[in-house]
Amino acid sequence: MSERKRQQSAIDGKFPAPEQSFDVVVVGAGRSGTAAALAAAAAGKSVLLVDENPVPGHQIGNDVPYFFGGRATTAVQSSGRMLETLFMNTAGLEAVLEAGVDVLLGTAAWGAFRNGPLVGSLPCQMVGLADAERSWMVGFGELVLATGGRDLPLAFPGWNQPGVMGAAALRLLLTRYEAFSGSRVMIAGSHDLALETALLALDKGVEVAALIEVRGEAQGNAALVERLVAAGVPIICNTHMVEASGGIDGVEQVVLANGETIACDTLVMAIGLVPMIELADACGAKRTFDPLRGGHVALADGGISAVGTCAGMADSGFDHMEYRFDWLGALGGACGGDTIVCQCEEMTLGDLLGVQPPRYLDRSPAMQARSLKSLLADGPANQDQIKRLTRSGMGACQGRRCRDQVAMMLAVEAGTELAALPLATHRAPVRPLPLQVIADWEESEEMRQGWDVWMGIPTQWVPYADIGTPFEEENRRVLGGNMRL
Amino acid sequence: MSAPQSKQRIVIIGGGVTGLSTAWWLARAGVHVTVLDKGIVGWEASGRNGGGCSHYQSPLFKEEQRLWPLMDELLGYPTEFCPERIVMAVSEKQLGQYTYIAGMNNRLGHRVDLLDGQQVRDAVPLAGDNCLGGIHYRFGGHANPHRTTQAYAWAIQDLGGRIVQHSPVTGFQTAGGKVTAVEAGGAVYECDAVVIAAGPQTSGLLALLGITMPLAAARAEMIVTEPAPLMPLGGVDGNGLYGRQTMRGNLAYGGGPHEWVEFGAGGPGAHPATPLARNLARRVVEMFPKAAHLNVIRSWAGVIEMTPDGRPILDRRENIAFATMSGVGFGLSPASGHAVSDLVLEGQCSFTDIDLLSLSRFDGIEDDWREQRGWLPL
Repeated sequence: MSERKRQQSAIDGKFPAPEQSFDVVVVGAGRSGTAAALAAAAAGKSVLLVDENPVPGHQIGNDVPYFFGGRATTAVQSSGRMLETLFMNTAGLEAVLEAGVDVLLGTAAWGAFRNGPLVGSLPCQMVGLADAERSWMVGFGELVLATGGRDLPLAFPGWNQPGVMGAAALRLLLTRYEAFSGSRVMIAGSHDLALETALLALDKGVEVAALIEVRGEAQGNAALVERLVAAGVPIICNTHMVEASGGIDGVEQVVLANGETIACDTLVMAIGLVPMIELADACGAKRTFDPLRGGHVALADGGISAVGTCAGMADSGFDHMEYRFDWLGALGGACGGDTIVCQCEEMTLGDLLGVQPPRYLDRSPAMQARSLKSLLADGPANQDQIKRLTRSGMGACQGRRCRDQVAMMLAVEAGTELAALPLATHRAPVRPLPLQVIADWEESEEMRQGWDVWMGIPTQWVPYADIGTPFEEENRRVLGGNMRL
Repeated sequence: MSAPQSKQRIVIIGGGVTGLSTAWWLARAGVHVTVLDKGIVGWEASGRNGGGCSHYQSPLFKEEQRLWPLMDELLGYPTEFCPERIVMAVSEKQLGQYTYIAGMNNRLGHRVDLLDGQQVRDAVPLAGDNCLGGIHYRFGGHANPHRTTQAYAWAIQDLGGRIVQHSPVTGFQTAGGKVTAVEAGGAVYECDAVVIAAGPQTSGLLALLGITMPLAAARAEMIVTEPAPLMPLGGVDGNGLYGRQTMRGNLAYGGGPHEWVEFGAGGPGAHPATPLARNLARRVVEMFPKAAHLNVIRSWAGVIEMTPDGRPILDRRENIAFATMSGVGFGLSPASGHAVSDLVLEGQCSFTDIDLLSLSRFDGIEDDWREQRGWLPL
């Protein structure tokens, strides 16, 4: 059989084999990830374990991967020392290394790729990795996501300033990074995440001013509640924050709905964790929605599987979604139309509900007459559509700080279940990566030779008036299809 | 047509820019329009492209250029149109090609200025010492595809037209070779004429009516960075890339190898990206060395249909008008809609000659035209 013809400018054969391959690649060196790596190594497989921590100092300011909100010490700016600190503070790493696992810290997995619907051009299934210097591709037999959960922030007046952070962020800064600069925290929430965070803070010598709870009583494990009460930490129920205020360095006090003012330098939102499924979701792997396990969670799909929080929190019968919506309702009541919801794009709650474009565009009378309500009359709510129109979630933090709460707000406005709302798309790179880092500086010769701006169809760009004239032939000869739009 | 225009009911299949613009022009002419889309307006290639508005190769070029500066006002909603473009070269080969394009345009009466490396650096703050020169289109520009497609849809509604989303077309009712109704989403839409501008799905829909249109679909990708300080002119590309700096400051660029794909009547469904983002990023850094530190924050893919010669098909049989812009539809949309609405109402384009874009040029094309071109999926 003769070899089939391949268009030179098509992708066929241009992706080289990955630099390295492992039987198993594990993403995330938390408890679940190290356990998965150990188990795979014990089964005789070649294993690579990567963890994006420590993230570069400037990324911490960008709230990657959690929601730091500016209470990290300057230690995070010293990447070499931070790498050492992380290594020392990551439990189980020594055992993993002894088992023969390759370990890379400070290395983000930014994309998983495999052939499937509409892609047949990859030489094998691959994960894109990147450290501070460069990116590269690694082939895998199995990709195990142990990416954990990130914080669910909810907007309220003053949430967009240093000193407002999430519980997972605080825990990471207190433990693996040893780089928390605050000294007195207030914690929003009283379920296990909040209780455990408060106890950890106390253990690390951080003062806990109070826990506040929007519901009528503490929500979490009774034994944990007892320990906190014994430590003298008040749990103030039936209230929520209405404003965080302070100075140039951020939060100094938080005003509560019950009229109290709590002095603190850090407000920790411990309302919920969002399973970090973006790596799997961006390559179309299966997921499901489970309110008892934290929302959208990753499912095993071919060579891709998930362990730990990204596969779902332990089901204790607690409806995390209902709880989050209680907080959203209360904090939403504290918001004005001018409260920022998307910090990167400075989109306000009023802009979201009005489906208004950013301020650098004129808002014509017709534009001002449009709203989320008028858009919903045309079809069911879709967060990607709202994103395109309002820019919410389109910013430098890749939507980490607003996508989940915007989804909840849309569900409320549309009167639909969150589960019924299409999940806003995740796209690679699922971590922000500098152009010069993600760039392929060693691309294949086929890629360079076959590069065309568009489809490589020489007749496509011949000016209409030139068709059938000698200019048509000249056009083909000079440009050879390598034309621009 | 026998019925008075104000009573005409026209169904437009496909809520991409070409179908939306056609509906908008028809609605402006007093026709009752209904746009049917399988999903949300602008969800496929119309919302996934470089936003360029500078298509000198097209017979619709003059109308494209006339209309873009007016579109915000005509539609009543912002499109983010910004005029003019610079194309910059970082290799001698590129410089030669771009210089040729400048000469060609000037010969055709479209002003393009030649720039040396320093002139490009003066105009493009992100350019570096490796820039050898460029060309400056004193026409064209770029706009925001998302905002523009929604603007068309809203403008149609403001003129009394209907936008029906999530309603894939399942069949036609015909009488005497004419379409009398369109079946979609479980409903029947009676019509005096129909327009099919459904991207890659156009040929499948036409096949239901016994009309053969050769089309192949490909997947292409783009990357987007976090915002950079605004350059005086956002419409800058080159180095084998197409794209722009958005009004927000993001750099959005695509180009390079595409993948020929196949999918069912329901459309592409997925829009997977590949590690091509790395090759795109490399070329953006080569073009804009001073942007090397900027974070890439997403990549995306779109699916576009191509005709065998890469040129549009704008044509009509009986009361069935059909349009594919062959992967170059966004920028030309103000004019393509005008042309197709003319085809529907008058039987021919009123403002330019589009005879060479007729479907009949592919009469008798070989069954294996895709194989011959190497356009088969992997």
